[in-house]
Amino acid sequence: MRPFSYTTVSTVRSAVLQVSPDPKALYVAGATEVLNLVREGQIAADRLVDIRALPLTSIRPGAEGLHIGALARHVENHPVVRRDYPVLAQALLAGASPQVRNMFTPGGNLLQRTRCSYYRDVRFACNRREPGSGCGALEGNNRYNAIFGGSDHCIAVHPSDLAVALTALDAVVRTQGPAGARSIPIEELYRLPGEEPHRETVLDHGELITGIDVPASRFAARSHYLKIRDRASFAFALVSVAVAVDVRRGVVRDCRIALGGVAPRPWRARAAEAALTGKPLNEESRRAAGQAAASGATPRRHNRFKVAMVERAVARALSEVGD
Amino acid sequence: MESSGRAAGGPSRRQVLGRGALIGAATVGAGLAPQAGAARAATAPPVREETLAAEPVEISLRVNGRERTLSVEPRTTLLDALRERLGLTGTKKGCDQGACGACTVLVDGRRVNSCLTLAVMQRDAEITTIEGLARGDELHPVQRAFLECDAFQCGYCTSGQIMSAVALIEEGHAGSPEEVREWMSGNICRCGAYPNIVAAVRQAAGGGAR
Repeated sequence: MRPFSYTTVSTVRSAVLQVSPDPKALYVAGATEVLNLVREGQIAADRLVDIRALPLTSIRPGAEGLHIGALARHVENHPVVRRDYPVLAQALLAGASPQVRNMFTPGGNLLQRTRCSYYRDVRFACNRREPGSGCGALEGNNRYNAIFGGSDHCIAVHPSDLAVALTALDAVVRTQGPAGARSIPIEELYRLPGEEPHRETVLDHGELITGIDVPASRFAARSHYLKIRDRASFAFALVSVAVAVDVRRGVVRDCRIALGGVAPRPWRARAAEAALTGKPLNEESRRAAGQAAASGATPRRHNRFKVAMVERAVARALSEVGD
Repeated sequence: MESSGRAAGGPSRRQVLGRGALIGAATVGAGLAPQAGAARAATAPPVREETLAAEPVEISLRVNGRERTLSVEPRTTLLDALRERLGLTGTKKGCDQGACGACTVLVDGRRVNSCLTLAVMQRDAEITTIEGLARGDELHPVQRAFLECDAFQCGYCTSGQIMSAVALIEEGHAGSPEEVREWMSGNICRCGAYPNIVAAVRQAAGGGAR
């Protein structure tokens, strides 16, 4: 591992002051992602700034919704989260391993990098890791790669389960940067790769995620997370689905359907939401929503299976939230 | 007895290995107190505001109930500090990227991958390794169950499996074989000893091997 210095901070202000002016400085909290990236060389950091002492650990449910501090621990165990935001608890439990879940933080989870093997293995070309070097996945083993939102420069998928659930809940990410505080709807946090896949988010260097706000909604309580992977546990998603529905008098009044494992960012399936809204929740409407979710996919050589998998996974996830 | 892996007194690491793969170097320490530690975050925040330069620095770590002083660089993982600086080689390096679980230790009672945290980040923590489980010659119940259920073959993943199982039982996740399989998913066994590992965890938890 390349050598780096290590700084501990106790306030958000000093954290931002430490990292913002130093392009080679990086925040560290859970370290489950940062250490791998620094060790393998995807990120060239000379300095890690440990933010674990910052007062960002709270989990606060209220009438307005749910606030999750960027450093909150075991959000999935909070009774209100389990009752009122089941998709959130399920997505967290579907992620990583018990060991990693004892270490990671929500803020860091949102900013984890793609698991695309051409990004992770520094011997391969990767526009995301090294702009202009090419993309090994386009013509390579792209079984795990994107079927939505990719470009001729990058077809990586975002790995976070939490981000998919938060996308289905209209979550807003709170940040603090040198220029002040911002609130960013989670969908807008991530950039699509386009011609600049190395620009992954809209955050400035040193802009720190301080928390996540999940607004109160009529659909959050009736929600579900389905994750399909190559083995039963501790694997990244081939396809995942977060659904949340507001059903009144037998008709879907409002809903959210977000997909994971299929795009460079959590992928909101708006066509599927439109297909479902106004319909009763039954086998026919679930199937139609699945087909709508998969429409417009641009699979590659090794990931055509994801199209049918999206169709079925959406229908199945919807069957878990009742008729 | 000495808590270093190179210790004299008690069975040596080689003797232990000869008996059947790392079922605990005999270490006397505070032993395990997961319940006491569980209330604290697994990665207890440091209280200092300071910068450590990218060079060797002397720190102290509390490992298996003993305060140990050692020299590390900020980039030294907890895993490398345990193995290379403290001689506690019971904790294994498998993938070195958090995917296999061979390096699992307890930090303040919670299981973590020691390859995914820095030694300097754990200066305020209570660390328990495989060497800290047994009390003298008396094996921890999970160690005993692994022996009795033949829950390993090559043994390389075993200390991580055992540490994970100790935490799993404490967490209350040993209710059924299915639950054990899910909550042991962070520990990979290349030999495929999984059925016997599940049986050992169930036995140690008092739930019967099946």
